[in-house]
Amino acid sequence: MVEQILNHSYLALFFPLAGFIIIGLGLGRESRKLASAVAIAMATLALCSSLALAWAYKLTVLEQPGLYPDQTLVATRTSWLNFAPGMSADMGVLLDPISVMMLLVVTSIAFLVTIYSIGYMRHDPGFVRFFALLDLFVFAMLGLVLATNILQMFVFWELVGVSSYTLIGFWYEKPAAVAAAKKAFIVTRFADAFFLLGIIVISQQAGGFDFSLLNSPAIATLLNHQVAILGLDVNLLSLTSLLIFAGGWGKSAMFPLHVWLPDAMEGPTPVSSIIHSATMVVAGVYLTARMFPLFAAAPGTLTVIMTVGALTALFAAVIAITQKDIKRILAFSTLSQLGYMMFSLGVAKTTPGGDILVFGYSASMFHVFTHAFFKCMLFLGAGAVIHAVHAGDLEQMGGLRRRLPWTYCAMLTACLAIAGIFPFSGFWSKDAILLAALASGHLLVFAVALVTGGLTAFYMFRLFFLTFHGAPRHGHTDPEDPWMTCAIVILTVPTVFAGGLEHLFTATVIPALPAPLVHSQAAWLPWLASGVGLTAIAGAWALYGQGDLRLATRLCQRLGLAHRIIFNKFYLDEAYLFVTRRLIFAGLAQPAAWFDRQVVDGAMDLCATILQAGGQTIRCLQNGQLQVYLGAAIFGVFFLLTFVYLI
Amino acid sequence: MTLSHCIVLALILCAIGVYGLLSRRNLIGLLLSVEVMLNGANLNFAAFAHFRATDPVAGAIFPVFVMAVSACEMAVALAIVIALYRGRRQLDVRSLEELRG
Repeated sequence: MVEQILNHSYLALFFPLAGFIIIGLGLGRESRKLASAVAIAMATLALCSSLALAWAYKLTVLEQPGLYPDQTLVATRTSWLNFAPGMSADMGVLLDPISVMMLLVVTSIAFLVTIYSIGYMRHDPGFVRFFALLDLFVFAMLGLVLATNILQMFVFWELVGVSSYTLIGFWYEKPAAVAAAKKAFIVTRFADAFFLLGIIVISQQAGGFDFSLLNSPAIATLLNHQVAILGLDVNLLSLTSLLIFAGGWGKSAMFPLHVWLPDAMEGPTPVSSIIHSATMVVAGVYLTARMFPLFAAAPGTLTVIMTVGALTALFAAVIAITQKDIKRILAFSTLSQLGYMMFSLGVAKTTPGGDILVFGYSASMFHVFTHAFFKCMLFLGAGAVIHAVHAGDLEQMGGLRRRLPWTYCAMLTACLAIAGIFPFSGFWSKDAILLAALASGHLLVFAVALVTGGLTAFYMFRLFFLTFHGAPRHGHTDPEDPWMTCAIVILTVPTVFAGGLEHLFTATVIPALPAPLVHSQAAWLPWLASGVGLTAIAGAWALYGQGDLRLATRLCQRLGLAHRIIFNKFYLDEAYLFVTRRLIFAGLAQPAAWFDRQVVDGAMDLCATILQAGGQTIRCLQNGQLQVYLGAAIFGVFFLLTFVYLI
Repeated sequence: MTLSHCIVLALILCAIGVYGLLSRRNLIGLLLSVEVMLNGANLNFAAFAHFRATDPVAGAIFPVFVMAVSACEMAVALAIVIALYRGRRQLDVRSLEELRG
């Protein structure tokens, strides 16, 4: 039984792909019932097969620790690309603790989002297309998560990018959605170019693509030397690992490549929920975790990861406080939480004494796990609110507690979870991250994490109070949709209880460390973190508890310039526009276009003009007048005769 | 009368034919010019047969053949000319310049 499941592990990938093909190619635009039935069936089958796979993995690997010392099992492997002897890439299914965790997260969230979308997209003309694209995304994401080698991961990485692009631009008649889709694609492609470069460098040096090969200490030793590039003396290992990390930098929207994520909210809310908060944006964190042994061996790489993560966490949290669109706030919150996961990976194994400390690694992965559920639910709740009032602006909400009771309760648990309040899931993972930051000795990062935690609690409850409390600021409200409510309510279960899995999780991910290490090191830390969170919630209650913006508006006016800068996201979008429009378009692209039109095309046009003129001249001879031909022939004969005679 | 006289006469006939071919516009005029050229050539045959050949009869047969062939040719050519004339009501070769099949 177990062997059967492992032999057919590709089925988890196969079902979403089948869903995409059936719905996308087989069904017409109006076969809504059939499309939703196929989508739910495929999502259920994918969930079941991934549960079976996780069970088989547990029985095979986790209960026989002696057989698999690094807990990695390659369940399926077929040969794919054979470049040269010793240089080949396989397609396969890799099972290890983090890939199984992601497998379960992706399939379960995809299942719930599919259910939710049936309610949310009910009146949309692109209903069938939506489910086809959603299944394509799930297929690509599972392929990315289960990749056995970096090349397979890259292929699915790009597929995920494509499905993200199509789903952000799902409402393609809206110019803002089209612009956002292009922005997301271009920014992530920009980062992926470096990723590909990193893959080329490392695979050329290592002679293979498999993660097990790339992460081996021998490769790190092989790469760990100085090379001269453009006159600079750089460490090849650091360079390669940073190039690979650049892929995650763009995909996980780390500062300053974060600009695409807030705009990606132009897509339908279920898409934002599954792609731009719970799963796809975590791919960068996942990549970093996948390549962690290599990154950890590289001097400086983890410091970069830690700095970027901490900066993004704080930066996004500050912006989130001032935003007014419910989905944008959640997008900045996602950025902030991604920063958390990143710096948690960065602080792993960087103690000043050089001791090995990989606790941050498991903390980061655990936060990926819990964050996926509560952030997904926050988005689904936001979608339910938007669906009810037909607007995304906080100023048009308020007083929805009575109208949307189920959503209200569910959102409350999710807000408490993300704020890190005991005993919700977010408390456990955030506390683990704080502990990792503290234990690593980077006090600045720890302080940033603590402050960001407070800011998170503050802006989440700002959103919560402004949406549900106070007097209604809108006219008509649609009732709750059963499909949507069902998905949201199911999600409260992991949101509340996922924290209980922490010991199991840590023990699985880091088998070498004894599990009880977790919360015993600094007993005061949970109290401090909870205190900060509760203070922030109290602050939010004081400012926004009445459910309106009066007090806050007065405070904003007092702050003036600072508020305006933060509200405009530190003018980073404008800076990007300046760089792209003024510097690249006007300074580089337009001269290049001019050169292309005038010089390159001009040379071609000149050749054509010469040939045409020649043709025009010769054309007169070829006029169909028999007598001209005859005359020419006789003239030629005379000419030849004279010529022969003269010689 | 010597061979040279005959050759010069044949050359003159041939030149008249070429001139006619190049200068005439009427298709029938062209056919007449072709005939003149052919006769120049025939005269050449006959003259060489008469003055140089051991057996003059063999040389004299060729002009007869040429005349027969050119008569056939003329029959075909005149048929084409008549067909053209029916279609276009004119026989000016400068207006017949489509080389399409």
